[in-house]
Order: sequence, then structure tokens, then C-alpha cells
Amino acid sequence: MNKILLIIQREYLTRVRKKSFIVMIFVVPLLILAMGGIIALVAKNSDNLSTLQIVNVSDDTKIFAGKFHDVSNIKFTVSHQDLKADKADSKKDENISTLYIPADYAKKGAIQIFSKKKSPMQLTDEIEKQMGDIAFNYNMVLHHIDTAVIHSIKKADISVNTVEITDAGDKSSNLGANMGVGIACAIFIYISLFIYGGQVMRGVIEEKTSRIIEVIISSVKPFQLMLGKIIGVGLVGLTQFSAWIILSVISSKIAGHAFNSPQSFMAGIISTLSTIPFGFILGCFLFYFLSGYLLYSALFAAVGSAVDSETETQQFMFPITLPLLFTYLLSVTVLFRAPDSALAVWLSIIPFTAPVAMMVRLPFDPPTWQIALSMFMMIVGFLFTTYVASRIYRVGILMYGKKASFKELSKWFFYKE
Amino acid sequence: MLSIRNIVKQYAGHRALDDVSLEVESGQVFGLLGPNGAGKTSLIRIINQITAPDSGEVFFNGEKLNQSHIDRIGYLPEERGLYKKMEIGEQMIYLARLKGLSRDEAQKRLKFWFDKLGMETWWKKKIEELSKGMQQKAQFVATVLHEPDLIILDEPFSGFDPVHAEVIKDEILELNKKGATILFSTHRMESVEELCHSIALINKSHKILDGKVKTIRNSYRNDTYFVEYTGAPLSLDGLQPFEVIGDTLTDDERNTIKIKLTEGKNSNDVLQYLIPKTHINMLQEVIPSMHEIFIEKVNANSLSHE
Repeated sequence: MNKILLIIQREYLTRVRKKSFIVMIFVVPLLILAMGGIIALVAKNSDNLSTLQIVNVSDDTKIFAGKFHDVSNIKFTVSHQDLKADKADSKKDENISTLYIPADYAKKGAIQIFSKKKSPMQLTDEIEKQMGDIAFNYNMVLHHIDTAVIHSIKKADISVNTVEITDAGDKSSNLGANMGVGIACAIFIYISLFIYGGQVMRGVIEEKTSRIIEVIISSVKPFQLMLGKIIGVGLVGLTQFSAWIILSVISSKIAGHAFNSPQSFMAGIISTLSTIPFGFILGCFLFYFLSGYLLYSALFAAVGSAVDSETETQQFMFPITLPLLFTYLLSVTVLFRAPDSALAVWLSIIPFTAPVAMMVRLPFDPPTWQIALSMFMMIVGFLFTTYVASRIYRVGILMYGKKASFKELSKWFFYKE
Repeated sequence: MLSIRNIVKQYAGHRALDDVSLEVESGQVFGLLGPNGAGKTSLIRIINQITAPDSGEVFFNGEKLNQSHIDRIGYLPEERGLYKKMEIGEQMIYLARLKGLSRDEAQKRLKFWFDKLGMETWWKKKIEELSKGMQQKAQFVATVLHEPDLIILDEPFSGFDPVHAEVIKDEILELNKKGATILFSTHRMESVEELCHSIALINKSHKILDGKVKTIRNSYRNDTYFVEYTGAPLSLDGLQPFEVIGDTLTDDERNTIKIKLTEGKNSNDVLQYLIPKTHINMLQEVIPSMHEIFIEKVNANSLSHE
């Protein structure tokens, strides 16, 4: 037992001390932060114009001028000079735009806005909206329709709130955010199973090709070495996740302060996320990551033991990655639209596909017995693959120069100690 | 120390070891000899509990071989290898701790060995930065760091230049003097006569010869002698108590002949016959070298199997 701890320690420390590991820890949250920053910046820019914009309305129709109302940062004035002089003004000051409304304003593209810089989207949106309203009212009056009646009809503002009926009473939820988190977790698990499984495989190949394997297994049993490696790399994965989560939280807090707006994008995200049962999702994520990792990394270790170099792994990798890839593709297309279909239920119970499939289904509150069965099957699954893998591994690590086939591997499985 | 009884190891398609039994006494340097593919490495792996025999038993100090003995054996495999990217000091300590040593103890002993073999400056180096010979030296240290009672060395001198091979040989002898039993496999016969007390010869999965080196060599004496004399070449009259099986003449008239005694005669008879005829410088019995015995036994064994 003590020897397994030593192996875990070595596998863990040699990876954690690598420069690439430390770099990754900081680069990934920085990327997340940068992405969040860009989104927040874009959101903020379209929220408010940074400086006061004056729109000088040059109106040939006399329908619109004077009927605009000012909004925050946009002020409307009526022009009393000709268009040429207005345009000259706009050319001098980038905060003054000239809105030109010709007599045949209804013709497409007739209305123009002149400014020194490209007009921000918010400005043109506001003008379009107000002109639409003014034109609407003008035409009502023109056709003798009572605008008061129309306004009362238009007032009906409808928005839908999703409310879940639970034993604890009704609660508001945000299905979109839940689904997003479920799929994000599924993708995360899918990717990390490959990353860390691959690390286990390369570790086994390294020990085999450097021939240190014989020294090690004259001190410990092959099974101890395999298990130590799997656990050590798994801990590296957990360390990396924790560091990312902590750093992301810290950096988003800092980012929130930097933008200094409680109503900002970040706050919006946080309030949306608060409707998600994080403890439960995080717990499930950890469970499916760990059990899925144990299940697959054992297979990866067996593959590593059967080959002499990484280039030979292809033929074995394909059948291993197939169920995961299959579920992953289904998840992002079909599964989240029909989370209670027979296919989804089966995929979330079969251990090879469950880590991805169940994470996608979780936000849709699958029956508790299905979650329990799925988790039970995961445990059975990884015990099974670890057993099979260790029997192949103990023979494979001492085999050199023999091109292994699946037939060969099954023979190894039945070898006596 | 080590008692190997009726070991059989079957691999798919061929039998690596067929009913092999050996006794290695405590404090010995024991040579495991045999051509490539004879089954030496298979046997060594069984002793190291890397693989298990299909039948037969191994006893270590009278106890049936089990996991508790692992820490008392040091093993240098034929195919050397260490973690390439790991610092050498850290790696040695790791390997020693896998053999049950505490970190402090491992560190202390490692310092001793590094000082002794002039490796003080290697501590922080990575294996891939060392030359092949240096790597081998490091691996030898890793093998003996936990002061095992039994040291198993598979082809210990392969990969060393003559100078380093000599250093390692001296270290092996010193460890043996301090009480460690050494079991090593080799096909370098000159090192066998120099180092080994006993040997076993394995060929084609069978043990074909074992015993003390002296006893074996003596048992292969076949009444052959070298005679060196000064003077004109001998003329023989047909009554001599021997048969000439080879002769050389040298410039300054010191001549050598190789003779085989006639049945029932001894060296005194040879001298009595030769002294009146010439001036004898030397009469020396030819005891077959392990090399010759090895070749002879392996060839005979091969013929009998064909």
C-alpha cells in the first residue's frame, strides 16, 4: 500500500512540476477572463454611448423635426440652415451628426445620417425606432384613427417565465443556463478523459520504451504501478480543475470590479447561474469525471502496455474512443432535445457512454433511480475495465518487438500469473 | 540462500525453462551461464517475482519465495533503463524507497555511493544528460542502494568500457566480501573464472552443468600438458609415454609441444623420458578454461538434441 502512495507521489509531482502544467494553469483562466472581458466590453459599448451625441435633424418633410425626444446621451436639435452647412458642422465635430430626411423619405435608403465617424449602432437604432413611432402616429392622424385606442392595444407586453413545480414549492428556473452548464460539463468531461487518459498511456509507453519497467516491477506488482499511475494522473487533473475554477472565480471578480457596474454582463451571468443547483451539478461532474477517468484510463494503460511506441496505438485507440465520440456527437445534437428518450436513458446507464450522456441529461431532472443506477454501473464499469486492463498490462509491459493484435491481447488476458 | 527446484516455465510456443534446479549458497558469487535465448533471463525474472513459474518452487533462505523477499533482492536487468527526464538523485531515492528504504536513509547512502564513485556533481542532472556509461553506473548504484542480501545482475559488464567494467567488478567483489550473495548471468567467460565460486550452465531451457568452478575445471582435465624445452626439435622413438597433439617452435630455440598422456602414465613418466633427450624448461598441466568447457558442453548438448 505504501508503495502505491510512493508511485502516486512520483506520478503527481513530476507532472505538476512541469513548466507546461504551471503555464496551463494560468493561461486557461486568462483566456476565460479575456473572453469574458471582450464580451463585457462589447455589451457595455452597445449599452451606452460613451459621450453625448447631438443629432441635428434636417427635415424636408416637416413631419419629424421637433418630434424626437432626447434619450440618455442622445440629444436632438432642429436644423435651421441648409444641409451643406449642417454637414460642415458634422465634419468639424465628431459628436454632432446630421440626420437628413428628404421629402420622399419612405423610399428605401433615402434617409441618411452624416457624421465624422461611423455612427454607432445604438444611435441608428434609436433614430429608426423614434422615426417609426413618429411616422406611425402621423399616419394614424392622417387616416383619422384614434391613436389612444391603438396605444391601449399595443400595450399588452408578454414575456414567459419558466417556473418549476417542486416539492419545496414553485421556483423560477432558467432552462437555457441549465442546459448550457450540462453540455459544457459533458464537453469538459469528454475532452479531459482524452487528455488525462492519453497522459496515462504515454506514461506507460515511456516506462516501457525506457526499459525502467523491469526495475520497477521487481519492486512492486504491475497492478500497483498501473493503479499508482492512474491515480497520480487523476489527481493532476483534479488539481488543474480546482486551480482553474479558483482562478476563474477570482479573475471574474476582479473583472467585475474593473468594469465597475453591478448591472453589467458579469452580474447578469452570476444571477442566471445562481438558479442552477451548483452543488448537485458539481458533485455529479466530479463523480462522472472520476469514474469515467478510471474506466477509460485503465483501457488507455492497457493500450500503452501493448505497444512499443505511440504511433502504434492507433488501431487500439479507435474502439476505445468510438463510444465516447458517438455519445458526444449525439449529446450536442439530439440528446438535449430529447433527454428522456429511450436512447438517452440507455446511453446514460451504459458505463462507456454515461459520463457524457448523463451530464447532458442532468439539468432535465432525470428520475433518481436512473441516476443511482447510472452511478452504480459506472462503479461496476471501472472495476471491470481495471481488472481486464491489469491482466493485459502485466503481460504487455514485458513484451517487446511483438506487434500485438486483439487476438494477442485476449491471449494475454488468460495467461496465468 | 537460494534454492530453485524443478522450475518449468512455458511460453506460448516454447518452453523457456524445463525442470531447472539450482542451489546458490550464501556468500557466493554465482555465475549463470548460457548462450543467448537459453532461458537465463526467464529464470532471473522468476527469482525477482516478475513472472511466476508454471511449476516448481523457489526458496529464499529456506522460506518459499514471497513478496516480503522483494526488498532483500537487488536487480540489474540486462536492458538498462531509467526515467529519462527525472533528476538522477531524486530517481535513485525513489527506486530505493520502492525497495522499502526511508527517504533519509536513501539520501545518506546515495551520498556515500556518489562520493565513492565520483558522481557527486550528478545529483541534479537528468538521465538524458548522461553518457551511456554514466547511466549504467547510476543504475548499478540504484541496484545496490538498499543493501540487498542477494544481488542479481543480468550481463553486468555489457555496455561498460574496460575501465568502468573494472570499477564495477571491484564493487561487486567488495559487496560480496561484505556478505552479499551475487548471482550474475554472463557470456563473458574470463569474468567467470575471475569472479565466480560456482556456476550453472543453461542451454536450450535445460541446466546442463553446475557446481564449483574449480571442481568443474578439474573434472574436465584430460591429461594434457605443455612442455617447453631448449634445444633441437625432439626426435621421438615411438616409446614415449605420450602423444603429441600440437607443437610450436620459436626463434631462440625454445620449443613448446602440447602432449596427451598415454593411458596409465603420469607427468613423472614424461619427465623421465624427456630429461635424457633435451633440456626441460617447463611442464604444465592444461586445465580447460570455462570458455572451452562452455563451448564443448553447449555443442555436445546441441548435437544430442538434433
